Order: sequence, then C-alpha cells, then structure tokens
Amino acid sequence: MPQELVVISGKGGTGKTSLVASFAALAHKAVVADCDVDAADLHLVLQPTILQRTEFSGGKRARITRESCSGCAKCVTICRSHAIQRDPEMANRRSVTFRVDPIACEGCGVCAWFCPAKAIEFAPAVNGEWFISETRFGPMVHAKLGIAEENSGKLVTIVRSQAKALARERKLELVLIDGSPGIGCPVIASITGADLVLIVTEPTMSGEHDLGRAAELAHHFGIPTMVCVNKWDLNPEAAARIENRSREHGLQIAGRVRYDRGVVDAQINRKTVVEHLRNGCADDIRSVWAAVAHTLRCPGEPHAHANA
Amino acid sequence: MRIAVASGKGGTGKTTIAANLAKVASQDGRRVVYVDCDVEEPNGHLFLKPHIEERRAVGRPVPSVDLGKCIHCGKCGEICQFSAIISIRDKVLVYPELCHGCGGCLLVCPEGAISEVSREIGILETGTAGSIEFVHGLLNVGEVMSPPLIREVKAAAPDGDLVIVDSPPGTSCPVIESVREVDFVVMVTEPTPFGLNDLTLAVEMVRALQLPCGIVVNRAGLGDRDVYEYCADERLPILGEIPDDRRIAEAYSRGELACQAVDGYDAVFVKLLADIVLQEPAPRS
Repeated sequence: MPQELVVISGKGGTGKTSLVASFAALAHKAVVADCDVDAADLHLVLQPTILQRTEFSGGKRARITRESCSGCAKCVTICRSHAIQRDPEMANRRSVTFRVDPIACEGCGVCAWFCPAKAIEFAPAVNGEWFISETRFGPMVHAKLGIAEENSGKLVTIVRSQAKALARERKLELVLIDGSPGIGCPVIASITGADLVLIVTEPTMSGEHDLGRAAELAHHFGIPTMVCVNKWDLNPEAAARIENRSREHGLQIAGRVRYDRGVVDAQINRKTVVEHLRNGCADDIRSVWAAVAHTLRCPGEPHAHANA
Repeated sequence: MRIAVASGKGGTGKTTIAANLAKVASQDGRRVVYVDCDVEEPNGHLFLKPHIEERRAVGRPVPSVDLGKCIHCGKCGEICQFSAIISIRDKVLVYPELCHGCGGCLLVCPEGAISEVSREIGILETGTAGSIEFVHGLLNVGEVMSPPLIREVKAAAPDGDLVIVDSPPGTSCPVIESVREVDFVVMVTEPTPFGLNDLTLAVEMVRALQLPCGIVVNRAGLGDRDVYEYCADERLPILGEIPDDRRIAEAYSRGELACQAVDGYDAVFVKLLADIVLQEPAPRS
C-alpha cells in the first residue's frame, strides 16, 4: 500500500510547491499529485508530458430553456443562491422569462425539480480537467479547475485516488501531494486519511497564526504532522518560537530552510531547487527530506537530527 | 468605493497591501472599512490590531427530521445533490457538513417532517482599529464550506468611503464570493513564474465575473519581466510596484505595517491609494 505525504501550509506562499518539487527529485519511486487545483504551479517546474486527459464533472447545473419558460417566477422564490435573474435579452418583450447565473448557481437542482413548466434542464456540468503525466522524476497526476468553477474538493479527491492507483500499478511506495493554502474544502479533501502531513510555515506572525489553524485541522483528522520553517533567517527568534510551540503541541520538527533568492532563479529556470543549487538552501531541503522520509519509514520514532 | 484585494497565488502580499492601504486612507479622514474575507486564515487583525466590540456565532440552516411524521418515501434523498440526507428503511441520515442549505428536502417532503435548525460554522467579529471599521470571520476548524461565512462577513460590513475586501488566495468559490459586487479588484502578484501563472488564472476569473481590475507588482526587482509583458499584452494597468525590500519582510514578520514601520513607505502607499481611487468606474447612468 503506497503511503501519502501531504504538504500544506495554512498561509499561502510559504514555499509548499518549491519544496514538493525538490522532494520529487529526491524521493525515488514516488507519484506526484498536485492537489492545488485552482492555482496549480507544480507543472511549471516538473514540466510534465500529458499522457491522458479526462474531463471532470463535479456536479450538475441548471439552465432555463427560454421557449418553455412561462415566467411564473417560482424558481426565483425558491432559489436560495439568488442565482435566477430576469433574462436581459428578453427585457424589451412583453413576456418575462428568467435565466440562471452559472456562477451563482450551486447546482442544488431545486428550481428544476419544482418548475411547473418543466423548463429547467439539470445536467452534469464540466468543471475542469485532470491529467496523468510523466515527468523526469516519474509519474504525476494534476488538474485544472475551470474558470470560476466549483467542486475543487471533488477534483482533489479524484487526483488523489488516481495518484494512489498509479502508485499501486507501478509498485511505487509514495504519493507526494502538493496541497493548497487555507483550511477549507480542498485542503480537507487532500489530507483526510493521509499518512503524514508536512506543514511549511515562515517566521512571521501570519505564518505562525496560520500554522496553528492548519495543525489544528491535521489534528482534527488524526494525521501525524511535521513542521518546517522556511526562510527561517528572516526572523530567527520567531523561527525558534514556532519550533518550540510546535514541539509543545506534539508536532515533529522536520527542519529549517534558509531564505535564498536562488529559489526564484530555480523557478525561472524551470528546475527544482535541489537541481539548480549546489548548496545553501538546497542542503537544508535535503535534510528536511531526510527527516520526512525517516518519519514515513519509521512513524513515531524521532529522526537523528530532530533537534539539531 | 468598494475594492477587493485578491491574487491567485497565496503569499503575494494581499494583506500587506490591503492593511497598508486601509491605514493610509484612514489618515486623511476617509471612512474606511476593512473586511477580511479570508475566513480560513485571516491575518488582517495581526497588522491592524482592532479592538473587537462584537462577536457572534454564524450558523447555517441544516435539516432536522421528525421521524414521527416521516413516511420514508425517500424524496429528500432523491432531491439532495450533495448526499447530505439519505433515507434508508426506518432511518433518515443527515450529514450536516455536506449540506449546502438549499432547502430542497424541506420543500419536497410531502409530510412536512423536515424543519431546519442552525448549525454553527464559524465566528464573526466586528470592531475598530483607530478610525478603521473592521470585520472578519473565523471558519471553524474542520468546516468544509467557507462561502456562507464570507457572505455573512460582507453583510456585516458597514458602508464607508472606502471599503477594502481582503480576499482569500486561489480562484475558486471562496474568492468569487469575496470579490463579487465590488467596484474594482486590485490583483497582487509577484514577478515570478508561479506569480504569473496564478495571476493569469485570477485575471480570467475576474473577467468571467465582468469586474474591472488592475495589478500591483509586489517584491518588484525579484524574478523576471514576464509579468510586465503579460500585463502589457492584456492591457492590464499596473497600479503600482512595491520593491523587494527586506525591511518590509522583517516589518511584516513582526506584524507591523510598512507605512508606519519602514521609512519612505507611507508615501508609496499614499500614491498607490490615489492611483486605485482613480480607477473607480463612473456610476452607471
């Protein structure tokens, strides 16, 4: 059974994707899954070749057939998403008809069920696409949520399950998951039932605040959690405080990564940090990976450099 | 004027821009309202340090079934698109965390056996930071859906001369809920490949919503020039640039506002604010 490691952060922009890309280069035998489906960036560095693309339908959407609409406005009164408006193209006609605002529509179908004229179609919507790809480090599953679409959690679930199936098929031991910021629907979908969560934070008040909520979320779902402070030298006191508090809360420290402008250079060169840089923060990332890999192999047993 | 500060990519500086703009705008006598819609990870309060005057729980309606009246016809489960209510033999199972609160089960039940009860999803806090009126929400940890709380946060915001909505990162439902009905979207990006990729997604989103937007390049000087080329090609106005200055990052790490803590930045944000206000669309006639 392949293991799942999920990298999340609470706060955005702390370095999740740069870290996951480097892990992909360091971990042999892993499937990479980009679960940040509404702002995916991992493909920019891993440069996947898409082998298979599949449309994603996360739900249904209502559409009013103008010719059948009697203008009774029943739908307007029962729609709680305020998604039904007067059809602007019919504004100058004598009869009033209605249309569904596809962005406001949540796909509950209540309007279609109760429309006395049976004028509302309720059919599966295409909300995005997901891909099975090959990268220079192995297979990758990723996705693109359509513009202004819903159901990111369901798309995350598909990406995860496809990545896991691929790992089983190719006899790979690890699924490496890049999560999204926040603690809501897509993050919950990316961590439930995973083997290990790594929270990447930064030594700022925001980073510390958001780490607390992300750690609470991982705890809520009973997932073992490690913490990595990225750009630690931006504020060494805050970095130390975050690590101490994390230990007090039973979280394992995976290590620190120093601030290094080479991270952006690596991005511009479409390379992972560990490919692009010989030392500096690349060394830090290697040692964080060693700690994470150790915990995956021997859960519950602290690694040699835990408190270094 | 109501503006939203958004970005596709997280950590590009939304809160830095939003909080500094609120501060400089409040200094020249404007009535400023700061609305933090990032209910998953709100950070505005760390910088504005508001005095919270009111705190209340926010709930949303979920079904409650009176089994005495239920005839187990299964219609509730049939209409529910979210698998939040299922009728099996002599039981009706409700999964409140999956419920979208559409009210379909209530309407479809032929026996009137379903009523609604409120289930708490988060906390709403309002207060003041100097002369700035402040509103934010905190989603309960483990809660899946943030848009209903975001809606409440926006509804609780008083009117002002300048309403600044600090939006969550990304391009999906929580962001859409945050930026809807504003006059203008300030999109914060950084000049890196990740910044550009997520900016293009966010711009497509605001265009789908038919909202005007302009760009602020944060950490200017870092990375490459591709963001600038993209903005020129897409005719997106660059409203301002905030340089990649370690002093800003350090002030930020301590929870301080650059316009107060770092020399020269008061003027930078006053200028940015002036350029944003110029973007106010003419009232529709």
